[in-house]
Amino acid sequence: MTVQIIEMIGNGVWETIQMTLIATAFAYLLGLPLGIILVVTAKGNILENRIVNGIIGAIVNIFRSVPFLILLVLLIPITRLLVGTSIGTTATIVPLTVGAIPIVARMVESSLTEVPGGIIEAAQSMGASPLKIILFFLLPEAMPSLILGTAINLATVLGYSAMAGFVGGGGLGAIAIQYGYYRYQTDVLLITVLILIIIVQIFQEAGNRLSAARRHS
Amino acid sequence: MSDKTEVFRLEHISKVFQGKGTSVKAVDDVSFSIGKGEIFGIIGMSGAGKSTLVRTLNRLEKVTEGTVYFEGQNLNKLSAKELQKVRQSIGMIFQGFNLLMQKTVIANVMLPMKIAGIGRQERKERAYEMLRLVGLEDKAQVYPSALSGGQKQRVAIARALSMNPQVLLCDEATSALDPKITEEILNLLKEINEKMKLTIVIITHEMSVVEKICDKVAIIDSGKLAEIGLVEDIFTNPQTEAAKHLVFPAKQEVNPFDMRDRRCVRIVFDGHASTEPVISNLVQETGEKVNILCANTKSVNGLGFGQMIVELPKEHQAAETVLQYLKKSGVFAAEIKPEEVE
Repeated sequence: MTVQIIEMIGNGVWETIQMTLIATAFAYLLGLPLGIILVVTAKGNILENRIVNGIIGAIVNIFRSVPFLILLVLLIPITRLLVGTSIGTTATIVPLTVGAIPIVARMVESSLTEVPGGIIEAAQSMGASPLKIILFFLLPEAMPSLILGTAINLATVLGYSAMAGFVGGGGLGAIAIQYGYYRYQTDVLLITVLILIIIVQIFQEAGNRLSAARRHS
Repeated sequence: MSDKTEVFRLEHISKVFQGKGTSVKAVDDVSFSIGKGEIFGIIGMSGAGKSTLVRTLNRLEKVTEGTVYFEGQNLNKLSAKELQKVRQSIGMIFQGFNLLMQKTVIANVMLPMKIAGIGRQERKERAYEMLRLVGLEDKAQVYPSALSGGQKQRVAIARALSMNPQVLLCDEATSALDPKITEEILNLLKEINEKMKLTIVIITHEMSVVEKICDKVAIIDSGKLAEIGLVEDIFTNPQTEAAKHLVFPAKQEVNPFDMRDRRCVRIVFDGHASTEPVISNLVQETGEKVNILCANTKSVNGLGFGQMIVELPKEHQAAETVLQYLKKSGVFAAEIKPEEVE
């Protein structure tokens, strides 16, 4: 293995982490509110609304059903429109974000659903508005579970970012495909895979610890 | 419409839950009022509709028919904002405590004030004051998971009182607690009622809770108001089956078989005579013996209440002597047949 390849892998690690963190953060920007809406508009909840719940649920499911590799290709025109190119690290963030939003929404939904109904009832009895119920009761009570969910989502987005290597994305995935797959350089392939495993481990472990530190029940 | 001593006034309220093809009438044409400063019990078997009923008092459940007035305001007519405001003056505690497990005790107690937009410093001071009231000041920084059931309910009480409400609604607040802790919590509620002149509404299925602290009681049976009145009156003279069932659960404890071919008397203690001397005086003064088949007496607000079923002596004359004595002694006594206890 040459110095250039090692340097390239080093860059790849940095790009991968960057893509993953930025795309996940963007995905939460939209996925978190969507997940909250899915919960509060569900039957029997504080802002029950069958139409809103049905529409958002359907959209989330449609996006979740599309295989990520296909979503990558489908989104190329939109990525070009937004970033100016469909190749490279920055460009990959667009499909990664779009692909992660529905996953984040469902993960948030499942975390918030765990909050016992009695807590919401207590909140209502105190005269909390729906917004205050979400901010002061639902989110804080679900926080440990939300943190764990974030760790799982980071690992998923990391996996997706490797797939993006097939269509010109950057990062470790691209290196693994170009060197390991097309050029049969098994050592490069193995090293990138090993590094990916380590990064996922770090995300998961950090998530577990943060969640455990905040969980008091 | 409402006079000043009334906190709640319920007028012909009904609540129907619509299911798929079925509907359940959880509350059925109930009317009564709850006075200021009262400890008002609402008792009924599980499924009688009492939890639904108490939730109509702060509109956690919207009534299907009828009107609930809180301090003269028609709850049905309030906007969402107005309702939130009203709820801030109605505290509520629950069987399952409903504390936020991820927040410290003090943060839990501050929540209602946070909702009301009270500044942080004031919130903190008032929360400590509330924790002092319930005797848990030292647990302020602890998380609820480290507390016992009784302590959790104390925190819930502190939280419910932090906005200085007019009323405290207690939904089976002691049902998850053992008898000793229940007693402590009830004593605390009584103390708060006296100290803060707070109206307390207690939902329970346990007569012992009503006996211990309630002034008035409403008995709910299959969604209907079966009986309402002062606790003493209901205890001495329950009119309806539902009330008798709750007041004298011992009914089933007498085996009617034991009463066959014998003359038996039901003695009711209504709070004017204490229980024990009546029987011992009877034996001493008449020289006749009676056999106690069952006794279910209790002390309510320091007075003796309850009933006792005794078997009269076999000989006619002796039985008459005992009956005469009982009638003179000021307790209510009437002969009963085995069928009556079945």
